[in-house]
Amino acid sequence: MLASLRPALCLLALLTLLTGGLYPLLVTALGQWAFPYQANGSLLRDAQGQVRGSQLIAQPFSGAQWFHSRPSAGDYATLPSAASNLAASNPQLAARIKREAALESNQGQGPVPLALLTTSASGLDPHLPPAAVAWQLPRVAAARGVPVQRLQALLDQATLRPWVGPPVVNVLLLNQALAGLASTPHEG
Amino acid sequence: MHSYDYALLIAFFVLLLAPAALLGRFFYKVMEGQRTWLSPLLAPLERGCYRLAGVDPTQEQSWQRYALALLLFNLAGFMLLLAILLLQGYLPLNPRQLPGQDWSLALNTAVSFVTNTNWQAYSGESSLSALSQMLGLTVQNFLSAATGLAVLVALCRGIARRSASTLGNFWVDLTRATLYGLLPLSLLLALLLVWQGVPQTFTDSVQALTLSGDRQTLPLGPVASQIAIKQLGTNGGGFLGVNAAHPFENPTAWSNLFELVAIVLIPAALVFTFGHYVKDLRQSRAILGCMLALFVLGGATALWAEYQPNPALLAPQVEQTAPLEGKEARFGTTGSVLWAVTTTAASNGSVNAMHDSLNPLTGLVTLGNMMVGEVIFGGVGAGLYGMLLFVLIAVFLAGLMIGRTPHYLGKSLQAREVKLLVATLLVMPLGALVLGAIAASLPGAQTALSNPGPHGFSQLLYAYTSATANNGSAFAGFAGNSVLHNLLLSLAMLIGRFGYILPVLALAGSLAAKRCAACGADSFPTHGVLFASLLLVTVLLVGGLSFLPTLALGPLADHLSQGFQGVAP
Repeated sequence: MLASLRPALCLLALLTLLTGGLYPLLVTALGQWAFPYQANGSLLRDAQGQVRGSQLIAQPFSGAQWFHSRPSAGDYATLPSAASNLAASNPQLAARIKREAALESNQGQGPVPLALLTTSASGLDPHLPPAAVAWQLPRVAAARGVPVQRLQALLDQATLRPWVGPPVVNVLLLNQALAGLASTPHEG
Repeated sequence: MHSYDYALLIAFFVLLLAPAALLGRFFYKVMEGQRTWLSPLLAPLERGCYRLAGVDPTQEQSWQRYALALLLFNLAGFMLLLAILLLQGYLPLNPRQLPGQDWSLALNTAVSFVTNTNWQAYSGESSLSALSQMLGLTVQNFLSAATGLAVLVALCRGIARRSASTLGNFWVDLTRATLYGLLPLSLLLALLLVWQGVPQTFTDSVQALTLSGDRQTLPLGPVASQIAIKQLGTNGGGFLGVNAAHPFENPTAWSNLFELVAIVLIPAALVFTFGHYVKDLRQSRAILGCMLALFVLGGATALWAEYQPNPALLAPQVEQTAPLEGKEARFGTTGSVLWAVTTTAASNGSVNAMHDSLNPLTGLVTLGNMMVGEVIFGGVGAGLYGMLLFVLIAVFLAGLMIGRTPHYLGKSLQAREVKLLVATLLVMPLGALVLGAIAASLPGAQTALSNPGPHGFSQLLYAYTSATANNGSAFAGFAGNSVLHNLLLSLAMLIGRFGYILPVLALAGSLAAKRCAACGADSFPTHGVLFASLLLVTVLLVGGLSFLPTLALGPLADHLSQGFQGVAP
C-alpha cells in the first residue's frame, strides 16, 4: 500500500503539470501564433478599435430595420447561456410557438420558418438558415427604404455552404454589412 | 435529407474507420512498450517520470496490485480535484473572483470527472476559473481516459497470456497511454479546433458593445485544449455550460465533424489493439461489425424519428418541418442526431443539441445506447472491456447451447469467471433502476423535473442512466444540483465505474492464470457473422431487456401521448 503511494502522488503531480500546465500552454502558444484572430474569440472591432462582439456569438436585434437573430431561451445572456429544454410534448412549447407565429406571420408570405420560432441549443446561435433570413427581407427593405434585390444580393453573399452541414447565414455579420450599407451613398 | 447530410454521414464513417486499424496498431505498440515514431521525443520524458516516481517499468503487477495502484491513483486525483474546486476562491487565475463550489456540488463534480462521466451540475463559464478548468478538469479528462485504457490492456493481456500471474504495470500503462496516445492526438485536434474558431487564450473575458448598443461579456479562456481531450478521451464535460452547442466550443459544421469523429476515434481503434494482443484480427472485425450494426440500427431509427415534424406544432402559420427547438442552425437535424447517437454510444456525454427537446424516440435511442452499458464503441478502454464482457457472455451462452465447456480464444470459462461476468451485468440495473427508483420515491426529488407527464420521468431516468453509464449527458432541464441528487448521482457514477473495473481486473487475473486449451474443430468460432449476430442479440437481450419497462413508462409513453394530442377531448 505504502509502496504504491509514492508513484501515485508523484505521477499525479507530474501528469498534472504535463496535461494541465504544459499542454494548455503549448496549445495557447501555437494557437496564438498560427490563428490569433480565432484564438482570441473571433472579435469584431469598429474603426475606433472598440470590441462590438464576436462573430460567433449572437446578439439581440429588435426593430423592423434589422434582421432578427435566432430566438434565445436565455435572452442572449452569455454568463451562462441557456436553452429552453422544453420537451417536444410540453404544452408550453406549442403554446409559445403558436403565439409567436401569430405575431410574426405576414399576409401572403406563407408559414413562418421554424428557425424563427424555436430557441437554439446554446441560446447564442449566430446563424439562421437562408430561408429564415429571406423571410425577413421585405420587412427590412421596407423599413430601410432599400430595394429587396439589393438585400437579396447581400444575403446571397453572406450565405455559407459547408460541404458537411446545412447552409447558414451569420445574422450578426449580415447586420454589420447592413449598417455599412446605410452609410454608403444610396444608389437606388 | 440533403446532399450535405449524406456527405456528413459518409465523411464521419470514413474518418472513423479509415485510421482505426493503423491507430489500433499504434496503441498496441505504445502499450507494449515498443518503439514508435514518437519515441525519440517522448522516451526521455517517460524515463524521467519513472525515475522521479520511483517506478521500475520492468516490474509487473498481479491483478490485485494493479487494482490497488489504480484505486490509489484515482483516489489521489479525486482529492486533488476536490480541493481545487472547494478552494477555487483562494487560488490564482481567477480575475472574476469566483467562489469555490458548494461541498455537495464539488463532490459530485470531482467524482464525475475522475470516473470519466463528466456529469455537470454547474455552468463552467459562470462558476469556474481558468485554473480549475485546466489544472483540475483537463487533467482528469486525460487521466480518467488513460485509466480506462489501462484496464482494457490489462484485460487484453489476461486473455492473451498463458499461465501468467501478472497483468502489466499500472504506472507504466497510465504514463504511456497519456504521453504517447492522448497528448499528441489532443494537441492535433486542439489546433484544428482553434483554426475553426474555438478560443485558446488566458484572457478571462472581453467586454463588447453590441451593434444595438448593449453590453455583452464574452467568456474566453483555454477552451480548445480542454475540448480536444474532452472529445478524444470520451469525457464530455464542457468548458461552457451548454457544452458543444456553444459556438465557442463548436463553431462550424467542420468543427462538428472533427469533434464527432474524435468521440469514437480511439474506441474504434482499440478494437484493433485487442486483435493485436490476441494475434487474431478476425476477432476485431467481428466485434467492430457488431458495434457498427448496433450503431447503424440506433442511428437510423433516431434519424427517421427526428425528421418527423412535431404534431403538437400543427398550425397554418407554422412551418411544418423537422423540429428545431434546442438545435443549432449550423448543425441541422443530421448533425445533431448523429452527435446525439455517437455521444451516448460512446461514453462521451457532450451534447451539441439539447437532448431534452429531441423527439421521444430519438431520446429512447440515446437512453438505450447507455443502458446496454455503452459498448457500441463506448468510452476509451471502457467501451471495449464492456463489449468483451458481452463477448464472454455470448461465448458462455453458445457453450450452453452446444453443451460444451465454453472456451474463448483457448481460455475456458468456469464458475469463477461466469460469476464475475454476472456481477458486471448487475451494475447498470443497480445504478439506473435501483438508485433511480430511490431518487424517484424520496420526497422532493420531483422538484428537479422541468417537463410534465412521461417526459418528466424520462428526465429522471436519463440522469441516473447517464451517471451509472459514466456518460454525463442529460435531459438538461433536470435540475440536478441539489444535495440529494448530487450525492445519489455521485454514488451511481462510482458504482458504474468501479463496479466494472474491479470485476474486469479480477477476470483478467483469472484468465491470465489459465493454460491455453487447443482450439479444436469442435469449439465455437468467435469471428464469423454468426458469432457477431449472437453478440448483437446478447447485447440487446441480456444488456437491454431489463430496462424495457422503464423505457415504456418514459420515452415510449411520451411518444404515444403525442399521437393523441390532435384528438379533441
